[in-house]
Amino acid sequence: MAILADRNTRLIVQGITGREGDFHTRQMQAYAPIVVGGVTPGKGGMITDYGVPVFDTVGQAVREVGANASVIFVPARFAPDAIMEAADAGIKLIVCITEGIPVLDMIRVRAYLDTKGAMLLGPNCPGLLTPGQAKIGIIPANIAVPGPVGIVSRSGTLTYEAVYALTQAGLGQSTIVGIGGDPVHGLDFLDVIRMFNDDPETEAIVMIGEIGGNEEERAAAWIKAHVKKPVVGFIAGRAAPEGRRMGHAGAIIEGGSGSAQAKIEALRAAGIRVAELPTDIPALLR
Amino acid sequence: MKLHEYQSKQRFAHHGIPVPQGIVVENAAAAREAARELGLPVVIKAQVLVGGRGKAGGVKVARTLDEAEAYADQILSMTIKGLPVRRVLVDPAADIRSEIYLGAVIDRALRRVVLMASSAGGVDIEEVAAKTPEKIVRVPVDPFIGLPEYLARDVAVAIGLPREHWGEFIKIARGLVEAFHANDASLAEINPLAIVNTEGHQRLLALDGKMVIDDNALFRHPDLAALRDPDEESEAERKARAADLNFVSLDGDIGCLVNGAGLAMATLDIIQHFGGRPANFLDVAGGAKADKVAAALRILLADPKVKVVLFNIFGGITRCDEVARGIVQAIEEIKPKVPMVARITGTNKEEGDRILASANLITAESAAEAAQKAIALARAAA
Repeated sequence: MAILADRNTRLIVQGITGREGDFHTRQMQAYAPIVVGGVTPGKGGMITDYGVPVFDTVGQAVREVGANASVIFVPARFAPDAIMEAADAGIKLIVCITEGIPVLDMIRVRAYLDTKGAMLLGPNCPGLLTPGQAKIGIIPANIAVPGPVGIVSRSGTLTYEAVYALTQAGLGQSTIVGIGGDPVHGLDFLDVIRMFNDDPETEAIVMIGEIGGNEEERAAAWIKAHVKKPVVGFIAGRAAPEGRRMGHAGAIIEGGSGSAQAKIEALRAAGIRVAELPTDIPALLR
Repeated sequence: MKLHEYQSKQRFAHHGIPVPQGIVVENAAAAREAARELGLPVVIKAQVLVGGRGKAGGVKVARTLDEAEAYADQILSMTIKGLPVRRVLVDPAADIRSEIYLGAVIDRALRRVVLMASSAGGVDIEEVAAKTPEKIVRVPVDPFIGLPEYLARDVAVAIGLPREHWGEFIKIARGLVEAFHANDASLAEINPLAIVNTEGHQRLLALDGKMVIDDNALFRHPDLAALRDPDEESEAERKARAADLNFVSLDGDIGCLVNGAGLAMATLDIIQHFGGRPANFLDVAGGAKADKVAAALRILLADPKVKVVLFNIFGGITRCDEVARGIVQAIEEIKPKVPMVARITGTNKEEGDRILASANLITAESAAEAAQKAIALARAAA
């Protein structure tokens, strides 16, 4: 079953004919053929060389191929519009890979999505992967195997590192979810952990957080009250100086809040085992 | 990106916020001239992009033209927290009766712009928040409606502002929220917003101004992008930004080159965990392409503090062997003199290791091992 996406997901790619969109659609389709269409305004009617129909609008893709999920690879200045278009067309799961969207745009987009009942993953995220069933985004699928561990993270390569370590240790994954590194985004730790908690196929949860904001703390409080499954955490940014953005727009300690130490303490207080190094995660799950 | 006080105040004024009619100058003679034009007394204020300039002696009241010239001369020769003072703002001195704090920030948990106000103005607001949080009033701003009058009035009432200033306050609060949106700010602050006495009547005046602009939005504000003060970043950071690399200068001796922001942060943590000191945060992005690695290496090696370079790479869709070839190509191009330790993992790891070892890089199986090797080399070179 996993969460968010499986082999029955009907995915479209917004920006399918762009460089990134083209490259990653091929990767996604080669892994699990869930891509039913693509959208590039002005290129409707075209069929890609790997056999996926292209539409001018998301609305057309929903009507003609029954899309229920979308992944967005369009540049930052067009991405807010693309997210709203998907939500307005009735897409319920929108995954935005794009990095660099202005935060005030995301505030409006998120408020708009909440009126449409659409779920957003990202922006500035690697997407999600349900091993053996569905790949939505850019997570390298070859490092993952199906199994009982659910992973949720604000990061990309750091997540892959954890997935790889788990796979090497013989621990497969139910679904790997990247919620993204921006300060204002869609699904947060709490939303995804709630889904993992309800998913019978997920037996343990790994959360990979980082400096900035207080999502990890809020999730920890909820975990303490509601989650019986084992949870292991990792927080990046113990060595980060205050007031500097560490790559991700949301990775910044401001006014003394959002530090790694405070998050690690909150996780530990909730009974979550916190790994010192990402490669220590598998050992803590046993 | 931060704006200077005078730049922030100009933008605030554009949205109907009353500010002093100050003059920005770059030398003492011009400061004297400005003081003559404005009328005495005046305040001479250092324009630097750090807080705490008042405590550092960068703000002074001049009662004569000679004082204005002398203070400007003194302040323009100062360096505050490492930043040289290149300009001073000469403002007419105000007769201050009381001081308010007014700011707008992004609240990540609420996913809203939030207007913050406090009757405890003129001091560090973070200190107020820590010691007397009840003195801060916070109001979320609707992203589609903005700040309606009644909400601004609620704030005026909540901070105990005298009734005769409510009208002015509502205009200023709404102006601040407007300026925030119009400039794609991530922070806009007036501290203090003062009640001042001018010619027998009292009014509100924004005596200071601060704005931070969302870097992601600069593409639609070329006018703001052009205002970037080169002193805000180090030379290495400036070069990294031009090469589209995420880079932050730190003060250690281990240069770090990592793909991905999260992994780059974790790499600094691991180095620190084993007692080492990273020289930088650097994310060359997921693919770690040869040209980017080369640009990144050049930036790292330009720092004389760097005694060793540590690569920590995860090969995903771009496989380890491709990344390793990119690194080797970059090294051949640059021929670094310092030792290099590489840890590479993920897709095609073995092939990647083989390529790196053949290029005489010191390889490591884990990030922990790589960090320990780099620390030992940095110590040996010190």
